Amino acid sequence: MNARTPVWRVARLVKARDETGSARTLVFRVPGWPGHLPGQHVDVRLTAEDGYSTQRSYSVASAADGDLLELTVQNVADGEVSPYLAEVLEIGDEVEIRGPVGGWFVWRPTATAPVLLVAGGSGIVPLMAMIRAREQAGSRTPFRLVYSVREPGAGLYTDELRHLAAGDAGLDVTHLYTRAVPDGWPRPPGRLTVADLDTHGWSPDLAPDCYVCGPTGFVEAAADILLALGHDARRIRTERFGPTGG
Amino acid sequence: MGIISRGFRGRPRDEGVQLPPGQYLTHDFPVLSAGPTPRVPLDRWEFTIDTEAGQTHRWSWQELLALPSETPTVDLHCVTKWSKFGTTWRGVSLDVLMEDVETAAEYALAYSYGGYTTNLPLEDLLDGKAWIAYRYDGEELAPAHGGPARLLVPHLYLWKSAKWVRGIRLLNEDWPGFWETAGYHNYGDPWREQRYQGD
Repeated sequence: MNARTPVWRVARLVKARDETGSARTLVFRVPGWPGHLPGQHVDVRLTAEDGYSTQRSYSVASAADGDLLELTVQNVADGEVSPYLAEVLEIGDEVEIRGPVGGWFVWRPTATAPVLLVAGGSGIVPLMAMIRAREQAGSRTPFRLVYSVREPGAGLYTDELRHLAAGDAGLDVTHLYTRAVPDGWPRPPGRLTVADLDTHGWSPDLAPDCYVCGPTGFVEAAADILLALGHDARRIRTERFGPTGG
Repeated sequence: MGIISRGFRGRPRDEGVQLPPGQYLTHDFPVLSAGPTPRVPLDRWEFTIDTEAGQTHRWSWQELLALPSETPTVDLHCVTKWSKFGTTWRGVSLDVLMEDVETAAEYALAYSYGGYTTNLPLEDLLDGKAWIAYRYDGEELAPAHGGPARLLVPHLYLWKSAKWVRGIRLLNEDWPGFWETAGYHNYGDPWREQRYQGD
């Protein structure tokens, strides 16, 4: 689907839900949407009454589902676009979307190699699309998610992940906390370590496909750890969420 | 003009700032790359230019640093929508590196440590438009931003400015690179908003 030029389409907000205090999932209906692979992103264009317009890129959070498309927006303080999407946009309002974009940071449900997903903060979004697409396809490909967040309650999709992992021996979900942990949590708060990915990831012998997404420092650290553990650089795909996505 | 999004006002417009279409201004320096950051020891680093006739020109790190350098101050435009103005680099102009290279090729394919590639017409590398940059903002170029050295072609979207550059292959035929075969535009002029194939 990348051979086709993505065109701007009108997207109408049909549903919205708060994920955390600062993140909101938006469900758009986009007539003519050609479908997407999990991990791809879209461009969102907003136009003001005086004709001023601006664009941002967002990863798609949902698996392909007809003309419905879910984005999860982290509200960035003093951002130009994310506060609008997270606080102002109401059901029935319209933005423009084009895509899908990106043919590298994607997981194809026909793939059979084990998958390691390493997420930092809102970097979970495109990885969640992969988990949802796996579920949707009824794939048995073994997935492991290592998800680093600041503190309990800061994670996205917590209930859905718990529910999915509980009913599926092929999906393991591990949360790591960098600042504060739940009561009785065995691992002290801290950044991602070699031990974390050694324990909760896959052995490099299994040649897993690794997808890493998060802020730059997190992605650099995670990719370095995977290399140090012996993973093939060509099987480590990265995507970064900078602080300027707002 | 697109449809109006109810209640969207945007930032106050700065009439003095000229941005390419669809871009917004940022003051920090986001990082984008497709895989792990390669670490290249300087004693093993080299930069090569291979011509279409099979000739190879090679520079070690010390040889690169010994060449006359320039300190361009340029604006950067990333296809992910951010632009950053007034970035200052130090590097060797491709004009210097190409001085003794005999070629009639029209195309170039830049390739990097780590396997990244990107293509562009050779003329876009010449006449003061491109550098092999090894310092940014007065400091050594950080690995995450492409150090020890990256290609700098600021008049095109930043994915053309290959990080961790290892060499340039001169070709008679265009050979699309990594993002160019993944749906992005073959040329990537930000002022014509050439983001994706067909734009």
